[in-house]
Amino acid sequence: MANLAFSNPARRAAHSALLSLTHPNKTMFERQRALLRKAVPAGFPSPADDYVERRLSLDEHLIQHRESTFFMRVAGHSMRDLGIFDGDLLVVDRSVPATHGCVVVAVIDGEFTVKQLLYTPQGKVLRAAHPDYPEVTITAEHDFSIWGVVQWNVHRL
Amino acid sequence: MPRAIALVDCNNFYVSCERVFQPKLEGKPVVVLSNNDGCVVSRSQEAKDLGLKMAVPWYQMKDIAKRHGIVALSSNYSLYADLSNRVMSLLSCFSPGQEVYSIDESFLELTGIPTEHTAYGQQIRETVRQCIGIPVCVGIAPSKTLAKLANHVSKNTPRFGSVCDFNSMSATELDTLLASIAVGEVWGVGRHTVPKLQEIGIHSVLDLKRAPAKRLGARFSIVFERIVEELNGSACLKLDDIAPAKQQVTCSRSFGMPTSSLPDLEEAVISYATRAGEKLRQQRSMAGGIHVYIRTNPHKGSDPQYQPGILIPLVEPTDDTRLFCRAALHGLRQIYRSGYAYQKAGVTLTQIIPAAARPNTLFDDVTARQKSHALMSAMDRINNRMGSGTLKLLGEGMHQSWAMRGGNRSKRYTTEWDELAVCQG
Repeated sequence: MANLAFSNPARRAAHSALLSLTHPNKTMFERQRALLRKAVPAGFPSPADDYVERRLSLDEHLIQHRESTFFMRVAGHSMRDLGIFDGDLLVVDRSVPATHGCVVVAVIDGEFTVKQLLYTPQGKVLRAAHPDYPEVTITAEHDFSIWGVVQWNVHRL
Repeated sequence: MPRAIALVDCNNFYVSCERVFQPKLEGKPVVVLSNNDGCVVSRSQEAKDLGLKMAVPWYQMKDIAKRHGIVALSSNYSLYADLSNRVMSLLSCFSPGQEVYSIDESFLELTGIPTEHTAYGQQIRETVRQCIGIPVCVGIAPSKTLAKLANHVSKNTPRFGSVCDFNSMSATELDTLLASIAVGEVWGVGRHTVPKLQEIGIHSVLDLKRAPAKRLGARFSIVFERIVEELNGSACLKLDDIAPAKQQVTCSRSFGMPTSSLPDLEEAVISYATRAGEKLRQQRSMAGGIHVYIRTNPHKGSDPQYQPGILIPLVEPTDDTRLFCRAALHGLRQIYRSGYAYQKAGVTLTQIIPAAARPNTLFDDVTARQKSHALMSAMDRINNRMGSGTLKLLGEGMHQSWAMRGGNRSKRYTTEWDELAVCQG
């Protein structure tokens, strides 16, 4: 079962509380059986028919702007302390402004990197979330641009 | 209120799509090749500057490519289609009226939009660049034909900053500009017509604009009357919100490797007929005939050449893939000759009518038709939901050894889970 990790620790805590509410052992099979049981023979309308609503969709929850949202895969451990791990799936929105402290996908010398973006008096800084990885201050030497802002991280447990 | 129609056109669209997910290609000469790496179909500005031309067979250019370090990519239509849909959907937010004209162009109705239109064009440009990463140019004018020209000017004249609004120019200013553009740039003026126009002294767009519409219409075709009126600022062409149903539905592709085997060709023709059937049902039409052709490689002059085709009429209009396949195979077996190295095959559905307008015939078997309809829609639904090709006729073959090979296709970054772009964490 997939869990969602967040770059913001407060949101992360709130979310893990939410996740513990779902029962992990309820398998797909059981849920399908539950659905089948509802298939009542014609002539006996279900009293729940008037209350049928659309099932929740994760797409709706994770994607605010459909046109500008893309998925990316993480390779490496530099963002560990913000809850982004090797192999995780990032939900990246290009339309959102990159503000101080947000996690971005940046292009540095033609390569994608995911880091925390800081605006400092020395200029833009890309900060990793792992003690082994140094900060990078962006200079005129760098070929640098911000590709998109990471909105969610999807992490498999 | 003056009419204002914008044409938004993506710059070097296929190359730009590649650069969204491969930023290291920025600033480098890049070309995208057609199916099976045949010809150049999209060039970056750097590649254009090196003198590379469109539609030239790629193998003729391998030397110059090597010398200049040109990056050549196989076409990645899954990526282009997805990014195109995103661009079009984003553009629809800017106007109440939109006509998607091609994979990389869209008309927008700007009449009545209260923002100053050049600034609005810049806003459109900036939004598409930011949200999707595709550079676009915007041309604005009182007719579609002029909007096309304004777009041409916005692309080729740096001082306009990629947005050109003919409505904001004085009449003399506009005429000076139109005098500097060759008449061949006008939308609807074909390559073969240009010399004929030049014969009667029409060289520039301005010449055509000032030409007597009626007389041109009589001399060439009625289309010219309309073109001249459009150039004079009256919009004759409507903005079509919905693309008209196609009168022909085609699926054709080159093979990964030439083949002379009939079973290979049969598999190919069945899968193209299947694809064409899907497209036909998508636009809710039926077809009354199917044209099948196979081709040897015309660029290999030393090989024996054979390029046959045949039209198989259907008993009555249908949208059933099984009938298309049966007819296509029947046609293929008639035109097939052994001993040739075939490089391409294609299927075209013709005599297309709206499914709703299908006439009833004397020998109609209503039950069979209902069954066919149910089967085809179930097949389409399954393939839509589970991925195309999930359910197919066995005749398509399981391995498709003839299938197209894009030697250097980039990943399908937006449509396949295991081909996502990777970022260093």
